[in-house]
Amino acid sequence: MELNLTLNVWRQKNAASPGRMVAYKVRANEHMSFLEMLDVLNEDLIAKGEEPIAFDHDCREGICGSCGFLVNGIAHGPLPGTTVCQLHMRHFRNGEELWLEPWRAAAFPVVKDLVVDRGAFDRIIAAGGYVSVAAGSAPDANAVPIPKKDADLAMDAAQCIGCGACVAACPNASASLFLSAKVSHLGMLPQGQPERHQRVTNMVARANQELFGSCTNIGECEAVCPKNIRLEFIARMNRDFIKSSWIFRNDRVAGGGE
Amino acid sequence: MKLDSRIPSGPIEQKWDKCKFDMKLVNPANKRKYNIIVVGTGLAGGSAAATLGELGYNVKAFCFQDSPRRAHSIAAQGGINAAKNYQNDGDSIYRLFYDTVKGGDFRAREANVYRLAQISVNIIDQCVAQGVPFAREYGGLLANRSFGGAQVSRTFYARGQTGQQLLLGCYQALERQVNAGRVTMYPRTEMLDLIVIDGKARGIVTRDLVTGKIETHLADLVVLGTGGYGNVFYLSTNAKGSNATAIWRAHRKGALIANPCFTQIHPTCIPVSGDYQSKLTLMSESLRNDGRIWVPVQKGDKRSPGQIPEAERDYYLERRYPSFGNLVPRDVASRAAKGVCDEGRGVGSTGLGVYLDFSDSINRLGRNVIAERYGNLFEMYERITGEDPYSVPMRIYPAIHYTMGGLWVDYRLMSTIPGLFVIGEANFSDHGANRLGASALMQGLADGYFILPYTVGDYLANTKLDKISADHPEVKRVEQEVAASVKKLLSIGGKRSVDSFHRELGKLMWDHCGMARNATGLRLAQGKIAELEQEYWKNLSVPGSGEELNQSLEKAARVADFFELAQLMCRDALEREESSGGHFREEHQTPEGEALRNDDDFCYAAAWQWQGKGNRHTLHKEALEFEYVHLTQRSYK
Amino acid sequence: LHSARHMSAATNTISARAEKPSFLATTIGKKVVMAATGMILFGFVTGHMLGNLQIYLGPDKLNAYAHFLQSNLGLLWGARTVLLLSVVLHISMAIQLAALKSKARPIAYQKKANAGSSYASRTMLWSGPILFAFIVYHLLHFTIGSAHPDFREGSVYHNVVSGFQQPLVSIAYIVAMLLLGIHLHHGVWSMFQSIGVSHPRYTPMLKRFALMATIGIVAGNISIPLSVLTGLVN
Ligand SMILES: Cc1cc2nc3c(=O)[nH]c(=O)nc-3n(C[C@H](O)[C@H](O)[C@H](O)COP(=O)(O)OP(=O)(O)OC[C@H]3O[C@@H](n4cnc5c(N)ncnc54)[C@H](O)[C@@H]3O)c2cc1C
Ligand code: HEM
Ligand code: HEM
Ligand code: SF4
Ligand code: F3S
Ligand code: FES
Repeated sequence: MELNLTLNVWRQKNAASPGRMVAYKVRANEHMSFLEMLDVLNEDLIAKGEEPIAFDHDCREGICGSCGFLVNGIAHGPLPGTTVCQLHMRHFRNGEELWLEPWRAAAFPVVKDLVVDRGAFDRIIAAGGYVSVAAGSAPDANAVPIPKKDADLAMDAAQCIGCGACVAACPNASASLFLSAKVSHLGMLPQGQPERHQRVTNMVARANQELFGSCTNIGECEAVCPKNIRLEFIARMNRDFIKSSWIFRNDRVAGGGE
Repeated sequence: MKLDSRIPSGPIEQKWDKCKFDMKLVNPANKRKYNIIVVGTGLAGGSAAATLGELGYNVKAFCFQDSPRRAHSIAAQGGINAAKNYQNDGDSIYRLFYDTVKGGDFRAREANVYRLAQISVNIIDQCVAQGVPFAREYGGLLANRSFGGAQVSRTFYARGQTGQQLLLGCYQALERQVNAGRVTMYPRTEMLDLIVIDGKARGIVTRDLVTGKIETHLADLVVLGTGGYGNVFYLSTNAKGSNATAIWRAHRKGALIANPCFTQIHPTCIPVSGDYQSKLTLMSESLRNDGRIWVPVQKGDKRSPGQIPEAERDYYLERRYPSFGNLVPRDVASRAAKGVCDEGRGVGSTGLGVYLDFSDSINRLGRNVIAERYGNLFEMYERITGEDPYSVPMRIYPAIHYTMGGLWVDYRLMSTIPGLFVIGEANFSDHGANRLGASALMQGLADGYFILPYTVGDYLANTKLDKISADHPEVKRVEQEVAASVKKLLSIGGKRSVDSFHRELGKLMWDHCGMARNATGLRLAQGKIAELEQEYWKNLSVPGSGEELNQSLEKAARVADFFELAQLMCRDALEREESSGGHFREEHQTPEGEALRNDDDFCYAAAWQWQGKGNRHTLHKEALEFEYVHLTQRSYK
Repeated sequence: LHSARHMSAATNTISARAEKPSFLATTIGKKVVMAATGMILFGFVTGHMLGNLQIYLGPDKLNAYAHFLQSNLGLLWGARTVLLLSVVLHISMAIQLAALKSKARPIAYQKKANAGSSYASRTMLWSGPILFAFIVYHLLHFTIGSAHPDFREGSVYHNVVSGFQQPLVSIAYIVAMLLLGIHLHHGVWSMFQSIGVSHPRYTPMLKRFALMATIGIVAGNISIPLSVLTGLVN
């Protein structure tokens, strides 16, 4: 089926210059993915010698976490549990008008058009989102059995693709869901225990430095998360954080780096 | 030029230990005096950068994505092999070695493959220690599955996201080194050339993809872990950004490329739905365990599958391969599908697809069992196609998936340029002419965690490296070259977009250098590619400037390299007058239409040397000896 | 800091070497304080509502109850300090979160839709302050009496009834109670989430409890002005 759509897209030359919404017409069909629809529009623009719309993408399979912008005010668009690269046009109606906006957060400055800088997520992981284990020093993989349900729960959290939709959707621009996914993934595995408390302290401290907002348990993040990361993990992180703050109450230094 | 693979002497079981012992070590205090550049943060580059940082070297790591965590390795689904034999089903290092050499259709180096099998065990230990949540049994121990027709269960997996979980393990280790000050990470930074001074790789020239700044980074050695070049076909299961630029620019600087025509085609992907198609999505091979593959008997039968009676369906794999049926290896299944579609019996709007039908197994096992086994895959299929595979048979078609070819490296993973090491899919690898499922992740991590860290030390300890200043004439020259090439692309001022060219190139490659190749087609392709390349430099349109994020410009540089690579792939395919693994020459098949290897004349790795733009490459042969796994012809009848 | 795209230890100052921020300086720390004080305030409104219901037992009972509260000075001022402290802390944290919120998203969306959150959760920063304003008025009205046309020290029953006989006052109270309901409906569940109490099975129960408790408190309180207006109580 043919779809004639009006797109209002946020165009912004670079971080410094101001941006604005620009309207475009595009002819798509129902089998296209959302990004393929944008490809078609971009081909038109290039043909006219105009600059194509910049948007991040790589795998187009919903796994790399590169893609992401708001479609009609919802991060990754209307389909729950789906990244925008996996969203297909059959979910839209002919003649529909769509608004495309980049993630907006102080911690995610716009690079260009729909592209933002999510480096803050990397810095949060660097602050403690790992298990310190030098190559070669590991014991046999089966040395420590892990109850299936723990491993499965850890995997639920580990699925986070670091797309940033949770931050974008959160009215407080909080990174809590992202944080809690990593804190929970490693915190629920025996291998993550030794650094469990430094990890959560340092990661949360880092997130605060990056100017992410606070979580007031609103739940928009959970609703838009393409990997269905659950609020339950945020509670888990809060619990760990409170514990660790108590454990380290007398420490001047956070520790946990090495 | 003489290719020295530097394979250690002695029995195969001891080669790696011997090599490790023979290699010099760098004393810990000195490590921090060495600078190492790692391009690529996938499983190979990521694990290498993290490990080298851990050891105390100064590492600079680069990737073109906005974060190292997004490298294409993230997309790997099925799993990773290791000879742990946890299932006690008769697996061993030797069996994994044997299967890999045989699966590679005898075009890989025995010594490398054996080392890979040896190291596979350490990889799983390392990943579990990092917190990779592999699937587990109720007893709390690791689960395994059998994969890609292997008779043993040696594949470790994390749901359908094994690559993601392994990569996050590397990425976290990498970020830990960033925090420790051992690694500096350069995301959204693309390597555009290699700096070679006194015959040694001493640095790279990069473009900052956000500011457009052309920068030079100098070091004592350079490691490339930049992945495969499947996107030369435009449509592939690779991520959109995957490209050949890093290896190709290194190739132009003197690194040989081996077996470029060895590409793997995966039989079960979601078919192309229209000419706007931007990439292809893999459907796990495991589907073939319960799905039956068929097409209509009549040409151009446009009836919906439900209306086609049993008698008018051709279950062609079951017909041609009674004993293996739908489970024949990837390359065979792929060619068969192409065959029936060429006959005009393909299904779907484009006629390029075959049915993968689950109705029988649903009747036999019940919908629930099928849902349990493939539920997530069925969902993904429905999300993309909008069709419900429980009621309508799936449509599948083969797609480019992996490239066995790559920069030639010796046993120590060093290319023909001293100080340029190549790891992961970017090198010509340990997979010969065909890669077994779940073995690429294994190779990337083996290279990065456990091989490179040793061999790099030996190189540094044995090599005299003079200090090089940023204004060394060669450095300046390369910088200017790169800046000029960027300008050139921006200044063509033609009419056509990069993608339109890339699509056309991909189509040519797919039609003539894809699943089945023949001399006429390959020559035809060579001519057409040359014409298209000429038009490219006259009629390309790249809007925007070079001083900003410019995605058209990024693509333009990559496609320029794809043109040259495509030519070489056709040449390599043309000269390899045999069929082996993923490389099928129609002139060389058994009467039953099966691949026919020619071990007398082609039992070698073809390593190609760049002779300058416009000049023909020269071929160097690395003879392959098979002392342990004896040369045999494969058969699936 | 944000422009530091080339990432090294330098751009990542929180590391093994860095200072540990104080608990209250962190977002989670602030939320814990909100939760704790919120808990106290919740406890108070619950108890206070129950106390208020004694109005249905007639003047003597209610006045006696009030007298009992007033007479026991230790208890009275103890409770007052705790309440005052809670409100102050609660509000100051809320203000800090509000400030952070606008810092964290300086540029608003042109178009933003809600994908799955409750109205209450998104309006805590509105329902709260209005509630505060109510409390101030309420104290002047029933405790200090300055906002009460006919305030009689000690005879609480009279104050309430005569107070609520003015329809506008009653309506103001009813509106305030509805806002309280909104605030608590999210708050009572949220405070548990904030201190890390969450469970796939029990959290839904908790949410139901939050709803029930809220309805109870709001209904109980609202019933009083209503029954005064309708003359049930006079
Ligand atoms: C859909 C799919 C499923 C797969 N499933 C499996 C599986 O189940 N099991 C298995 O074993 N294998 C699987 N494979 C193969 C496997 O995933 C890849 O071969 C492997 O991950 C390659 O890893 P790599 O580190 O070599 O390269 P990549 O992961 O591709 O990383 C390349 C890196 O290099 C960087 N880079 C590239 N060029 C430049 C440049 N010019 N400048 C700077 N940086 C650059 C990129 O940014 C990236 O960081 C699958 C492949 C696909 C496509
Ligand atoms: C000016 C006054 C007030 C303001 C600005 C205010 C604001 C807030 C805010 C922003 C929250 C956090 C929401 C969340 O994290 O989920 C909150 C929580 C809460 N508030 Fe208030 N509030 C105020 C007064 C009150 C009063 C008077 C009460 C009790 C009657 C109350 C009870 C609660 C409860 C129980 C919570 C849940 C605690 C938590 O979520 O951590 N608040 N309030
Ligand atoms: C319709 C509902 C309400 C009624 C009828 C009511 C009634 C009263 C009365 C009669 C008093 C004076 C008691 C005395 O002086 O001994 C009082 C005090 C008070 N009320 Fe309420 N109240 C109501 C709702 C609330 C609510 C919702 C809050 C808080 C959110 C609240 C907070 C207070 C406080 C803090 C005091 C002062 C207690 C003290 O003396 O220290 N009231 N209320
Ligand atoms: S938690 Fe969900 S929404 Fe947030 S980054 Fe991870 S995957 Fe994206
Ligand atoms: S939406 Fe925001 S407030 Fe918390 S629950 Fe999610 S982060
Ligand atoms: S492009 Fe990779 S998740 Fe969308």
